[in-house]
Amino acid sequence: MTDPVLSIRNLKVALPEGADRDFAVNDVSFDLYPGEILCIVGESGSGKSMSANAAMGLLPDLVRPVGGEIIFEGTDVLKLSEAQMMKLRGKKVAMIFQEPMSALNPLMRVEDQIAEVFEAHNLLTPRDRAKRAIELMTEVGIPDPEKAARAYPFQLSGGQRQRVMIAMALALEPSILIADEPTTALDVTTQAQILELIRNLQEERGMAVMFITHDFGVVAEIADRVAVMQYGKIVEAGTADDVLDNPQHEYTRKLIAAIPKLAAEAGAAAAGKTPILEVEGLNKTYVTGGSLLFSKPRIVHAVNNVNLTLAEGETLGIVGESGSGKSSVGRCLVRLMQPDSGTVRLAGHDMAQLSGAALREARKSIQMIFQDPYASLNPRSKVGRIIAEGPMAHGVSKTEAYGRAVKLLEMVDLDALAIDRYPHEFSGGQRQRIGIARALALEPRVIIADEAVSALDVSIQAQVLDLLADLKERLNLALIFITHDLRVAAQICDRIAVMQNGKVVETGPAHAIFNNPQSGYARTLIEAIPGREKELAAAG
Amino acid sequence: MLRFILMRLGKAAIILVAILTLNFFLIHAAPGDPAAVMAGEAGAADAKFIAQLREQFGLDKPLLTQLAIYLKGVLQLDLGYSYRQQMPVADLIFSRLPATLLLTMTAFVISLLLGTVAGVLASARVGKWSDTAISTLALLFYATPLYWAALMAVLLFSVYFNWLPGFGYETVGANYTGLRRVLDIGQHLILPATTLGLFFMAVYMRMTRASMLEVSQLDFVKTARAKGLKPSIIQRRHIFRNAMLPVVTLAGLQAGQLVGGAVLTETVFAWPGIGRLMFEALAQRDYNLLLGVFFVSSAMVLLFNLITDILYRFVDPRIRVA
Repeated sequence: MTDPVLSIRNLKVALPEGADRDFAVNDVSFDLYPGEILCIVGESGSGKSMSANAAMGLLPDLVRPVGGEIIFEGTDVLKLSEAQMMKLRGKKVAMIFQEPMSALNPLMRVEDQIAEVFEAHNLLTPRDRAKRAIELMTEVGIPDPEKAARAYPFQLSGGQRQRVMIAMALALEPSILIADEPTTALDVTTQAQILELIRNLQEERGMAVMFITHDFGVVAEIADRVAVMQYGKIVEAGTADDVLDNPQHEYTRKLIAAIPKLAAEAGAAAAGKTPILEVEGLNKTYVTGGSLLFSKPRIVHAVNNVNLTLAEGETLGIVGESGSGKSSVGRCLVRLMQPDSGTVRLAGHDMAQLSGAALREARKSIQMIFQDPYASLNPRSKVGRIIAEGPMAHGVSKTEAYGRAVKLLEMVDLDALAIDRYPHEFSGGQRQRIGIARALALEPRVIIADEAVSALDVSIQAQVLDLLADLKERLNLALIFITHDLRVAAQICDRIAVMQNGKVVETGPAHAIFNNPQSGYARTLIEAIPGREKELAAAG
Repeated sequence: MLRFILMRLGKAAIILVAILTLNFFLIHAAPGDPAAVMAGEAGAADAKFIAQLREQFGLDKPLLTQLAIYLKGVLQLDLGYSYRQQMPVADLIFSRLPATLLLTMTAFVISLLLGTVAGVLASARVGKWSDTAISTLALLFYATPLYWAALMAVLLFSVYFNWLPGFGYETVGANYTGLRRVLDIGQHLILPATTLGLFFMAVYMRMTRASMLEVSQLDFVKTARAKGLKPSIIQRRHIFRNAMLPVVTLAGLQAGQLVGGAVLTETVFAWPGIGRLMFEALAQRDYNLLLGVFFVSSAMVLLFNLITDILYRFVDPRIRVA
């Protein structure tokens, strides 16, 4: 075997005092070989990004390496001065990040940002730099590169921005590319394209890629070798096939078991049950910009003639990529937003046009769980109040509402003492449980969960999904589950509606959609799910 | 771009007419009859004379007709006549405008320049003693009442040290010409311009510092570091440019006050500008003059808002295209 291009030996990275543990990275060793893609997998806080940042010398201010070595081309990177590090960065080791929008300077043209890499290392003349920038953009597959070069980041799509980042990273043909969750913020079809691009470029150039991700689907798609991290330590390492098919460590097994499986079964169909929610001809347009007198407004048809039905006790998934209008549908249903036209019949009564007291009464029966468990709970309110507020607003006495809040907390597997604590004292998963308890407080018949598990780590996500399924069973709830994650949809939904550009392009039982999608768009989406092929092959 | 400017000018014109109308009615809502006041001051307050004055100034016409006449006059830059100063209001204002602009513009440049430079320095040395010193000084400037700072400056630099003149626009009776005169005015300018600029200097400093620190935490700064760029280039090209966006907004607000704002400073330093003119008009119930000053200063606020918006489109491409 050839020599490794990067060797990390017993790396220790200390966290500032008062953090939840002493070391972000604790005694980590691994090698990165030329021409391979090494995936570092782990949940949030596992230390996977810190290891990568240490190799670039780009650790946050208060975090510093305290032991071990990072050997690159025979020298210990940790011992280099800042000036020597600067020569390495971008030239020998390059990096791309999770969120390409924020990783690009919003005030600079894309070509200038690429050309800057050459400038940083005093290479080429300004004219040649601009020329190279366009060549690089062509290479990473940006359509109409001459025009895109003159664009500002906000004028490009998410996928194009990530391609620009990749172009920038490849400019000086580095021997190592560090990719820190580069596809996490992208839609599933774009993610598939970017993964393919990284794989192709890596093969053409024989680069070594250190690919950091939390997603085992992505690992299955791209990795040659895998290292699994937990609490700052590597708990398991090996070839991708070994680790995925035959995980040795308990934590790896737990993580892989927690991944929602695509093989949706033809479950007990909800056919014949009475519909609880019927949506007909729902429309919502957004008008932005423009003023009374002077300019033409921009109109987006976010919800375009949507029809849906939800039976009692059923889970309906609404899936689609960003901008497909799935969240707008959810908001129209709970009337957080007034639809332009259409009917929303809840147990036979149209609530699309209700207002005042009648709307407040109807809203009790349809409640929402939000995506971000951090932003959706008022940080100034104690948990008891957060849960009891709804019933109290509908005339329940304080004693009774708080009494019920305690029961609800127990129902979502939280301690009753939580009632006197503030949201910041809880973890993300616990907060999402509080959000669920809040939604249940009004004894609704329908719950709309808008990306309710998207912000959670995979093991926590599995727990929350189990809880939702269990509650649905016990309380005979109907659930509308809005998600971009088709794996999650496959696991929890009875039926699925696929949305694109404000329209429902396909509806059907979950197993039918996943095994035999009818519309071209649904097929594209499903084929783009990372790790799908491997899973199908394993299932035989 | 041209379309945008025309659009905004159209809006500004509508707002300006609204302001003029509002001012007009406000003045007329105030108790007292200007004809009676004038007659009283002329020492001949009999009914016939008052009626004659009313007719002479069109005060006997319906209010809306008077408004129409006034608006028509403004359109032709005729702001009426000041009976106190025995001069057309427009001439009075334009004669005072250069002195005010000189004072406020200097204050503007001083505060913007020193404020941002101090802010950048403080942000680069965050937590060190120089940062603490700059921040404390800024807090002091921010909290000091303008008139008190002005009086202390006069006391210290002109009365005690006798380094700089403490009042006026130039040395009275010296009749300097050419460069000598420029230097003389410059000397007179230093104290009022600096005091006037102190408050905004502090605001710019604090905002620049906070903004620089915030931007330096953003992802694209890490990207810039990952490219291997020098810290000085990252500081200038990536952090500073982005950090200046809120400062530009604030500078636009300050610039809007350039014409109307310096009442206190001009009064303390006996600076012959519009601020003092307004103060005098207020004290002497010179309504026409007051209306005129209001008009010019609100027009300036609108103008500088427009300039800020145009400037913003150059600094921030997201606004230009969106």
